[in-house]
Amino acid sequence: MLSFVFRRFISMIVTLWLIITLTFFLMHAVPGSPFEKEGKALNEAVAANLNAYYNLDKPLLVQYGLYLQKLVQFDLGPSIANSSDTVNKMIARGFPVSFQLGLISVVFAIVTGIALGVIAALRHNRLIDYLAMIIAVIGISVPSFVVASLLIKYLAVEWKLLPTATWGTWQHVIMPALALAFGPIAIIARLTRTNMLEVLTQEYIETARAKGLSPATIVLKHALRNAILPVVTLLGALIANVLTGSFVIEKIFAIPGMGKYFVAGINNRDYSVIMGTTVFYSALLIFLMFVVDVLYGIIDPRIKLHRKESEG
Amino acid sequence: MDKTEKLLEVSGLRVTFKTHGGEVNAVRDVNFTLNKGETLAIVGESGCGKSVTARSIMRLIPEHIGKIAGGSIHFKGQDLAKLPEKQMRELRGKEISMIFQDAMTSLNPTITIGEQIMEGIIRHQKVTRSEAKRQAIEILTLVGIANPESRLKQYLHQFSGGMRQRIMIAIALVCKPSILIADEPTTALDVTIQAQIIELFKSIQQKTGVSIIIITHDLGVVAKIADRVNVMYAGKVVETGPVRDIFYNPQHPYTKGLLASMPRLDSDRSIPLSPIPGTPPDLFSPPIGCAFAARCDYALEVCRNYQPAETHVHSKHAVSCWLQDPRAKKLLASMQPPTGT
Repeated sequence: MLSFVFRRFISMIVTLWLIITLTFFLMHAVPGSPFEKEGKALNEAVAANLNAYYNLDKPLLVQYGLYLQKLVQFDLGPSIANSSDTVNKMIARGFPVSFQLGLISVVFAIVTGIALGVIAALRHNRLIDYLAMIIAVIGISVPSFVVASLLIKYLAVEWKLLPTATWGTWQHVIMPALALAFGPIAIIARLTRTNMLEVLTQEYIETARAKGLSPATIVLKHALRNAILPVVTLLGALIANVLTGSFVIEKIFAIPGMGKYFVAGINNRDYSVIMGTTVFYSALLIFLMFVVDVLYGIIDPRIKLHRKESEG
Repeated sequence: MDKTEKLLEVSGLRVTFKTHGGEVNAVRDVNFTLNKGETLAIVGESGCGKSVTARSIMRLIPEHIGKIAGGSIHFKGQDLAKLPEKQMRELRGKEISMIFQDAMTSLNPTITIGEQIMEGIIRHQKVTRSEAKRQAIEILTLVGIANPESRLKQYLHQFSGGMRQRIMIAIALVCKPSILIADEPTTALDVTIQAQIIELFKSIQQKTGVSIIIITHDLGVVAKIADRVNVMYAGKVVETGPVRDIFYNPQHPYTKGLLASMPRLDSDRSIPLSPIPGTPPDLFSPPIGCAFAARCDYALEVCRNYQPAETHVHSKHAVSCWLQDPRAKKLLASMQPPTGT
């Protein structure tokens, strides 16, 4: 296990480094600079001074080296567009909000998705199964921003049940979380249903019935655990989906999360903000993928053994 | 042990399966009894209804797939064929247990062995976890698993094939049932392990007095373990009797065919095995007469048109074959058995 964690840690660092390098050079390959706003030309001397201040006049490789040097000290640098702010501070402000929204959405998606999938499987080919799968198809085909707009139109504007936008109370969380979770719910529900149907035909389910266990025990204890294994695999990709989806959703609902800074950073060509948020999100995602892998081993004991064998 | 007290009595059992093509009559009017402490073998080729009969006793056939269409299964004053599902659940694993062919697929791969043994104990005996654990250790010792305490925490993939089958047996026996149904318990095992498992069945039966129904197509297993044998063909019991009578004095041409197709150590190897030609009948529309008539070398006109009645060879040995009918005695005299029996 320890050697597994160590090897995974090394590969995580390498992955992160690749992402940093690619983002850095791609970002600089885009024409324009943080000081060029549309229609407004900056005084040449001022621009030169600013470039010198942010090291933008140095060769790209030197800039890259300087960035890495600061990064290993966990300093993501100052914002170029807003010189009184640093990227570290932006993350400290925005991330708790995004994290709260993301976590609620992911948990909501997992619980609802699995429940829908299980119910659909148990009522296979009956009305509730068809209803659940219709919801699933809609969920997969309709993008989150459409769901968000519809939610605002009905829940907030017409029926006035919830606040339209911004952040603060628990009522503010409901619509963005629903919009974010809608797609993942559909994916999880479909996957759970398919796996559940297959697991229910397995012979160990018959053994469980032969023990006299109740249908509820059989489903929850014997079937569900084996049926959600593929769902756990999907979890990493799903979290990524929710995280990136949150950029759009945060923008729609005017939520002061990370997404706001990220989108603003790209619009302003604010190099350090783009880099900082990218690095932060990448690191988070890579870490979550690792957690999912560990989780997988806990749910399916056979996988643990496999690793031990390949290590030994 | 006195093996004459009736424990289970199956009469007129009929089981049908719903399919897109119509109803399949998988079990057609099966009668048999199981006595206390005895081992009854049900033999026959694939699809003859032997597993379905066993699953019907446990009522394990899912409702949307098939149903008991008629007959009764009397056990301890109750008719299992009509018992509500909830009461049936109380019996399963406690009074009647079942073990399946392949322990690898019949045990849950993601739950510890200990938990899989203990959940049955907790379900039926309403005891604490520590008491359940003590019983689980005891039963693992009984089925011959070393270091049971540490083994409880392990998973299925950490056991060998023979060990897995022992665990299945342990799970089935842990609540001390009065009937153990074993569906092809040795088929997935290699020969040395097969012998060990059969010995285990015998010793457990001696210690606990459990009645065993063993379903198999392996006549070697039958010879080693069974007291009585039911030979099934196309959903019917065609011959029933004590194991010695079935092996040394088979009456039904199908039983004779089964015995002739079995390899023997003492037979001349230059003589090829003689398989039974043909295939079993289509159970969507079972034949009007004897189901075996189409494959039978001795079939008469009457075989094709009328169901044979049961004829008693002696009080415990019965056969359903027109050739054994008292009226066919004359023909019997001219009939030569295919092998020297």
